[in-house]
Amino acid sequence: MPIKWLNRISAIVLSAGLLSIAARAEVTLLNVSYDPTRELYQDINAAFAKRWEASAKEKVVIKQSHGGAAKQARAVIDGLEADVVTLALAYDIDEIAARGKLLPKEWQKRLPHNSSPYTSTIVFLVRKGNPRAIKDWPDLVKPGLSVITPNPKTSGGARWNYLAAWGYALKANGNDEGKAREFVTKLYKNVPILDSGARGSTTTFVERGIGDVLLAWENEALLAIKELGPEKVEIVVPSVSILAEPPVTVVDKVVDKRKTRKVAEAYLEFLYSPEGQDLIGKNFYRPTLAEVAARYEKQFPKVALFNIEDVFGGWQKAQKTHFADGGLFDQIYQKQ
Amino acid sequence: MAASASTGALRAQRDSATRFEANAATRESAWVKWSVLGVSLTFFVVFLLLPLVAVFFEALRKGMQAYLAALSDSDALAALRLTLLTAFIAVPLNLVFGVAAAWAIAKFDFPGKHILITLIDLPFSVSPVIAGLIYVLVFGAQGWFGSWLAGHDLKIIFAVPGIVLATVFVTFPFVARELIPLMQAQGKEEEEAAIVLGASGFKTFWRVTLPNIKWGLLYGVILCNARAMGEFGAVSVVSGHIRGETNTLPLHVEILYNEYSFAAAFAVASLLALLALFTLAIKSYVESKARTVLVDADHS
Repeated sequence: MPIKWLNRISAIVLSAGLLSIAARAEVTLLNVSYDPTRELYQDINAAFAKRWEASAKEKVVIKQSHGGAAKQARAVIDGLEADVVTLALAYDIDEIAARGKLLPKEWQKRLPHNSSPYTSTIVFLVRKGNPRAIKDWPDLVKPGLSVITPNPKTSGGARWNYLAAWGYALKANGNDEGKAREFVTKLYKNVPILDSGARGSTTTFVERGIGDVLLAWENEALLAIKELGPEKVEIVVPSVSILAEPPVTVVDKVVDKRKTRKVAEAYLEFLYSPEGQDLIGKNFYRPTLAEVAARYEKQFPKVALFNIEDVFGGWQKAQKTHFADGGLFDQIYQKQ
Repeated sequence: MAASASTGALRAQRDSATRFEANAATRESAWVKWSVLGVSLTFFVVFLLLPLVAVFFEALRKGMQAYLAALSDSDALAALRLTLLTAFIAVPLNLVFGVAAAWAIAKFDFPGKHILITLIDLPFSVSPVIAGLIYVLVFGAQGWFGSWLAGHDLKIIFAVPGIVLATVFVTFPFVARELIPLMQAQGKEEEEAAIVLGASGFKTFWRVTLPNIKWGLLYGVILCNARAMGEFGAVSVVSGHIRGETNTLPLHVEILYNEYSFAAAFAVASLLALLALFTLAIKSYVESKARTVLVDADHS
């Protein structure tokens, strides 16, 4: 009896071993990304795999991992072997460079447009018919309103949301930092839950029906309408918002170790190609290639955008002042 | 909580219930009986049965075709494979450990026994998230053994070994906890008799101890297995969430749900529910088997 069992166990172990050998006969890439890009990279990966097989005569399988941007960066620092990272904002990749020492500090200069193949912005998603009559940022601080946004400590989108609100308040109050702080404090008083990623917040708002307004990536808001139907939610575009630039890069230490640099670089370049840019537009991100951007112009609302360099002096500075331990966000949120 | 103990208790309860019902002096009036029954049944239906039915209902909402498609998706199959593999490694490990620990605690006296019992309970009292983080801190790239592991090209965190480790940690106490009270209640007389009659240590274990504990052991293994397949928190921390590679079934359900694939999420959830129901069926079989063994023992 024990021998029979031993045979069976060894057969199972052996077949598991064979399976993993078979899996190694092709190149695999791991793309560690932020939360709402699931649908985008599903399309991109299929298209790129076809391209790469035709041009390099090599089969490539791209594996995906999604989560809040800071959480994902933390995982890469802790040893998640990402060939490429495609995160919500530059600071999280800076962290991988600084703490994990997995890529050079100047990584953002390696690809066009600050290594961001597309841009996006922050808009509001409200319930059908806009029952609370939300039109612009000042409406969000009305008492009794419930605003859904993820946790800026773990989510990239949440940090863009926060900075968009702060930037608006600066502009509306003649760059008065004190007034801006007051405005954002009031806004976060209206936030009942902080999910760890943008997608979690979307499900909280749409599926669980919590909150009057969701601060969301433009792409996430457009996707929610497409997936769930325009009879449930609608978009409100604020008078001014932030230009979000989610960057991409190869992780040098990993691609050199796994000998995947060539295919990883080709993968990121594909994002900038007309075909990649078209898929980007289709998935509601704003393409950077002018000819493709023109084709998708109609689907994006017109909104005045400011960028993080001009208003906050870049991500390093913004992170330090607002999101570091004991920073402004902590002070604002703990006071409640 | 041991199987034979609980089935024995069940039998005793049934006997006393029959006795109470038969005697007019101790019989409760009908309305008390039925309202108590009604409350517990309503609770059962609302909080347990309804959600279970809802899982299957939602899973089949888009038809059988979509249901099967969701289950035969390559990522779902990979998640199923990983879940089974994890249970396949974690359960035997904890079986061996549980028997050894229970044996040591119940049959021997040694200093630090109470500390050992407390340590076995540790995974029950620690949040699964902490359990996961412990492994990240020890085996992660920035952790204690991080650079050594990287130097030898060994991956633990964000790979299958990390998932197995985290699962072993959270399912650690099930078998031991099940066996310790049982073995303590049985005492050591039978083993002592076997030794006196000239049996070797191994033979004593195999012919005397194991037959005595087998139903309790099986019960512990079943509980251990159920938790191993269903664990979310600890595994989520060490998984890295790579689709088709380090996602177990519970993690895959969350991903699908977050991707607006509600029917597919419930389809995979129904698979987990089926595994649980299957486990429960085996558990009741084990319990009834244990009961007949006890009854036989009583009659002989």
